[in-house]
Amino acid sequence: MSKMNGAQSLINALEAAGVDVMFGIPGGAILPAYDPIFDSKIRHILVRHEQGAGHAATGYAQATGRVGVCIATSGPGATNLVTPLADAQMDSVPIVAITGQVPSAAIGTDAFQEADIRGVTMPVTKHNYLITDPADIPRAIAEAFYIASTGRPGAVLVDIAKDALQKETTFNYPKNVSLAGYNPVVEPKQSAVLDAAALIAQSKKPVLYVGGGVIKANAAKELMQLAEITGVPVVTTLMARGAFPDSHKQHLGMPGMHGTVAAVTALQKADLLITLGARFDDRVTGKLSTFAPKAKIIHADIDPAEIGKNRHADVALVGDLKNILRALNPATKAALAKSAPDLTPWLNEVYGWRSKFPLGYDKPSDGSVSPQNVIERIGKISGPDTIFTAGVGQHQMWASQFIGYEKPRTWLNSGGLGTMGYAVPAAMGAKVGAPDTTVWAIDGDGCFQMTNQELVTCAINNIPIKVAVINNESLGMVRQWQTLFYNQRYSNTDLHSKRIPDFKLLAEAMGCVGLRCERPEDVDKTIEAAMEINDRPVVVDFNVHRDAMVWPMVAAGTSNDDITVARSMAPVWDSQEL
Amino acid sequence: MAIHTLAVLVENSPGVLARVASLFSRRGYNIDSLAVGPTENPKVSRMTIVLNLEGHALDQVSAQLFKLVNVIGISEMKDSDSLKREILLVKVANNAANKEVASKHKAVISDETTTTISIEAVGQSFEIEALLADLKPNEIRELVQSGLVALERGASTLADRTLSTMGTANESDPNSSTADYQN
Repeated sequence: MSKMNGAQSLINALEAAGVDVMFGIPGGAILPAYDPIFDSKIRHILVRHEQGAGHAATGYAQATGRVGVCIATSGPGATNLVTPLADAQMDSVPIVAITGQVPSAAIGTDAFQEADIRGVTMPVTKHNYLITDPADIPRAIAEAFYIASTGRPGAVLVDIAKDALQKETTFNYPKNVSLAGYNPVVEPKQSAVLDAAALIAQSKKPVLYVGGGVIKANAAKELMQLAEITGVPVVTTLMARGAFPDSHKQHLGMPGMHGTVAAVTALQKADLLITLGARFDDRVTGKLSTFAPKAKIIHADIDPAEIGKNRHADVALVGDLKNILRALNPATKAALAKSAPDLTPWLNEVYGWRSKFPLGYDKPSDGSVSPQNVIERIGKISGPDTIFTAGVGQHQMWASQFIGYEKPRTWLNSGGLGTMGYAVPAAMGAKVGAPDTTVWAIDGDGCFQMTNQELVTCAINNIPIKVAVINNESLGMVRQWQTLFYNQRYSNTDLHSKRIPDFKLLAEAMGCVGLRCERPEDVDKTIEAAMEINDRPVVVDFNVHRDAMVWPMVAAGTSNDDITVARSMAPVWDSQEL
Repeated sequence: MAIHTLAVLVENSPGVLARVASLFSRRGYNIDSLAVGPTENPKVSRMTIVLNLEGHALDQVSAQLFKLVNVIGISEMKDSDSLKREILLVKVANNAANKEVASKHKAVISDETTTTISIEAVGQSFEIEALLADLKPNEIRELVQSGLVALERGASTLADRTLSTMGTANESDPNSSTADYQN
């Protein structure tokens, strides 16, 4: 076996793990690894901030289903990865972070650029490693990729001391990974499958409550089968947009704080929730004690700890959702063949809500540009093959509401952690993973100012993403809450960003094309101009009306029964519906 | 009853105690005591954790704990099915009354000076509490308790139930001297 140093062993291990691209920035402690990277077939993309590397890895992973990889040095390089690691972990995205650590003899001495990144990231990763012996590098890398990508996917960090990268070792990549304490259950119990099928066949008001796990498990096809076998209406959470086509007649839209009236109300009135890869998050349930009060719960998830965490499950299906649905679909078909309840009254009711309370928005009366209209038009013009990413806030909610998603992995956002600044670096990662696909980052002016430096990375590395800055000169979602709950006292939400910075000039300074749109009649042609540019990144500064709000809304901590469709306006129900 | 005792088999790897403690801390689970040490298998350590679970379900705590990659097996140690012991070392004034308390509780006097005695007691929690109750608080100079350790009664072992699935990931013996609790 040939001798090599730990750094070469690391790069060999990453190649053996199937890595084709990684995002990172070198520095002192990781420097030995960058020497073999120079000769490796792995593409390394030099980002401008480690946070960008982490979100790019996440965007890559969400777009492709493969493990995303980021790499940074010790100390500040590593701590800059904490936000994207927490972000990926919360949204169950498989990423592996490699960090350099100070030499093992210096660990614990408060050495230059020393941070206990294993300790720091313990609560925000699925697992992590500190490697001080070069012989341990290949196994740690193999385990990291195995842990990140199997079971409930997540973030794994491998911290490697500089001397372990420098010392001589031999390379021996393990063929199999076997971990005493990690054996994810992937096949559901057959008895539970039959119980679930029986429950479905008894229910008169069922809803398919679909979460991001369906996308993670590549189970959209199987979900479609279940929906069509049963005829049950479907809601897709923020993490599941695209898991079921928006154009499908059974789709009610997104549930939750800014969900559609039909989706929110269907969950509230249901007698059964068929929960697939969703986790009863507070943004979906509202006040938990009043959520779906009459519903029995079928809860299918790969993570046993999600079962019963927030809501008791009447039937628990633990396993990979693809396997679960492959078992559940025929079982449900058989159960329905024996006795199928008439869902017609329920379907009439829920589809009635959908047609009576569609998503909508008012055009600003002052002739300014409507942010919802911009986003809706980008969706229409770019089409359902586009990958959309978003930051966090109003623009994110509008992008989830007014773009029609037809396919999995076309909507990438930070759902769990709610990380402002996610959109641009995630779009970069998605475009690297899917270079032939149009990638639009729908961003806010607040978010954009957190991570836009990665546009330099995009410009230099030929990653031609498109960015729509929905510029309302404010931290719009916070401003909306101040409007609704703080007597319009706009404390520190005015960004004054109409021209400072000038996003068009900023884009050009970073090697992108900069466009601006200030009038409603220019929206389409500006989007079309952006669509024509494929050799460089393009940034469009959409100056939009600043008082537009996200509706419907269930205020934080209140019941989903108290959904409002506009300010102080509850849906007007027919009497028999109440 | 909100007090539960868990026996937890963990891989004997660096950081494992921090992982468990971090999990309990961030999810708001209260630990009454935690005792950890090596087992018959050098790759495996065993924790006995006494939890005060007001407002949390034991199943949920176990499921979260089991998500830690280094956790191999978990079992609840119920009073009826397990041996539970604690160690108490307590330093008190050297006088007849304190010696009588030690004698009454069948505890051992392990160290003696002209002014102090150190009493050593091993027993169930209620026995330790009874001994402490008999010592006048103002006479206790210093005390230390081990926390509870527990072992299932009967022939069955937690290791048998959980280690059968243990893989061979750690062919090279992990350096046990680096495990937190031995530092």
